[in-house]
Amino acid sequence: MSSEEIESIKPIHIEPRGSRVGLDLRELWAYRELLYFLTLRDIKIRYKQTAIGVAWAVLQPVVTTAIFTVIFSTWARFETADIAYPLFVLSALVIWLFASTSITVASNSFVNNANLVTKVYFPRLIVPFAATLASLFDLIFSVAILIILMVYYGVVPTTQLLLAPVFIILALVLAAAFGTLLSALTVRYRDVKFALPFSLQVWMIASPIFYPVSMLSEKWRLAYAINPLTGVIDGFRSSLFGLPFNWPIIGVSSGSIIVLCLISIVVFKRMEDDFADII
Amino acid sequence: MQVIKVEHLSKQYAIGGTTHNTLRDAVGGFFRRNSAPSLQIFNALDGINFTVSEGETLGIIGSNGAGKSTLLKILSRITKPTSGSAEIRGRVGSLLEVGTGFHNELSGRENIYLNGAILGMKRSEIESKFAEIVEFSEIEKFLDTPVKHYSSGMYMRLAFSIAAHLEPEVLIVDEVLAVGDASFQKKCLGKMREVGEKGRTVIFVSHDMNAITRLCDRVIWLKDGTIRMDDEAKKVVGAYLHEQANLGAERTWEDGDSAPGNEYARLRSLRVCDENGESIQTADIRRPVGIEMIYQVLKAGKVMVPNLHFFDESGTCIFASHDWDSKWRTEPRTVGRFTSTVWIPGNFLSEGSIFVGVAVTTYEPLEVHFVEWDAVTFNVIDSLDGDSARGDYAGLMPGVVRPVLRWENE
Repeated sequence: MSSEEIESIKPIHIEPRGSRVGLDLRELWAYRELLYFLTLRDIKIRYKQTAIGVAWAVLQPVVTTAIFTVIFSTWARFETADIAYPLFVLSALVIWLFASTSITVASNSFVNNANLVTKVYFPRLIVPFAATLASLFDLIFSVAILIILMVYYGVVPTTQLLLAPVFIILALVLAAAFGTLLSALTVRYRDVKFALPFSLQVWMIASPIFYPVSMLSEKWRLAYAINPLTGVIDGFRSSLFGLPFNWPIIGVSSGSIIVLCLISIVVFKRMEDDFADII
Repeated sequence: MQVIKVEHLSKQYAIGGTTHNTLRDAVGGFFRRNSAPSLQIFNALDGINFTVSEGETLGIIGSNGAGKSTLLKILSRITKPTSGSAEIRGRVGSLLEVGTGFHNELSGRENIYLNGAILGMKRSEIESKFAEIVEFSEIEKFLDTPVKHYSSGMYMRLAFSIAAHLEPEVLIVDEVLAVGDASFQKKCLGKMREVGEKGRTVIFVSHDMNAITRLCDRVIWLKDGTIRMDDEAKKVVGAYLHEQANLGAERTWEDGDSAPGNEYARLRSLRVCDENGESIQTADIRRPVGIEMIYQVLKAGKVMVPNLHFFDESGTCIFASHDWDSKWRTEPRTVGRFTSTVWIPGNFLSEGSIFVGVAVTTYEPLEVHFVEWDAVTFNVIDSLDGDSARGDYAGLMPGVVRPVLRWENE
């Protein structure tokens, strides 16, 4: 390479922490192949290491649906707008199981990839993103089961079904934002890891998984939609079963997701410079 | 043309004291304003300045804790400086460890792609060099076998082959040649030299003074976070070795936390002794010399092999010795304090200063719990009594070892 060529290269500036702010999207894009390979690695390992591999991805939604169906169609009955209860629950579990698994995996992603963070430079956001994307693979199985169950119950899809992927993407954004936030906090604060399983349980109960949003009185529904999963699950259900969309709820939840993304980016950017030193 | 420009670069680490390690404390601390944690500040790098020109191969030497790793980490953008700045023109490839991101469950082929991407190679680049990488690594037959079934030699060869095919404008290499068999090391050094000749800029850290003098045009000697010397390779290496010769033959690490080691094992002390167990600084060439290391195993469950490396004044490794004798060769260690002593027979070492590197290693899978180069040094002297290998000859005797051998005459 000639001197002129080197001269023409834009130099990399290395400066103390805090001097660089903002999200470098161009750089993130330049590293997209690393994101791809790390995601691929996580998927391969998940299905190679766990003896039951694929079975786990199938059993989890099936068993959870069965348990909820037994409990709630025996003791408590919810108004599910003529949707068979197993279908009602499974449609939400598809979203929930993806979100909770990917958040759990992403929150531990830096601890599990400590050797990468301390030895190589790359945009740190790739680590929780890869963990989130790898969890998306499980979704294939739960969606397959959902389709089988829909066929079994004779659900006739409407054109609204075309919007279903939108809600899956919303769930992905939500999971990525939350997972990223927790991944940063987990590096620094060792108690986050222990608080997470319990928090997720509370969140599950606080989301319209085994009961419908309509169970709440009208005036509380919008406040309830601050829980971003409310709009995602409710919207996903509406698109599957051709029910009317509750746009205010979807709107409030989407707003929540945007706020969560912003918080996540700010916290992450403030903490990432120290990862290699404290991990 | 300057490719790297480093200005007033400093890095401080807080040691001891408490930062908030739990979210609970952090939230609590936010409300209790006057809970200033007491931190000790350690200057890993203290205002260093230098520039590197295009095509230059720069060596960095210095004892452990001098700031070499910190400097490489900052230039590789893994960690940020506390103050000062650096500017680099071109793509930086850093090789601070061989096989970063390798996954045991994945095959050699899968790891080539993964590791290549981690090191910053594009997929198309990996694909075009794939055959070359495989050939260089000599593992063709095992390409689709998970690397967990590889021997550590194969693992290292594959890992280094990938790294050797990285073609950044600036290559940063840390002490990675200390692994692998001699012929492969040579091959790697050759590959690195090629990199240097292609007009790429290389920064190379090593304890192998031979490799440093062979590969580098210029050497920076770091000491306590500052630049002690920055000059032509031979000059700096000579000055460094001269100073190292006065290291001392006995060392103890009082503070358990800063002693070399990790969560599994830490070094406590190392000394040179004679047959009676007395500490010595100077050994008689005819008498056996013992090197006694004391280390603490903090976590049970790993098979640990203590090992020692011996270097002469020119930085040539005379030999290495691993403890394959004790029952611990196959048995996982229990928690506790261990003492291992190796005996070098009399009439074996050559005269002069001997530098000892000490390590405790787990071999399958490879993990170095600690390694301390130039940990102690001692002198071997020949008092010329006529019964050493010299006999009655008092002139120059070449050779890294000096055995007394049996001669037969007809």
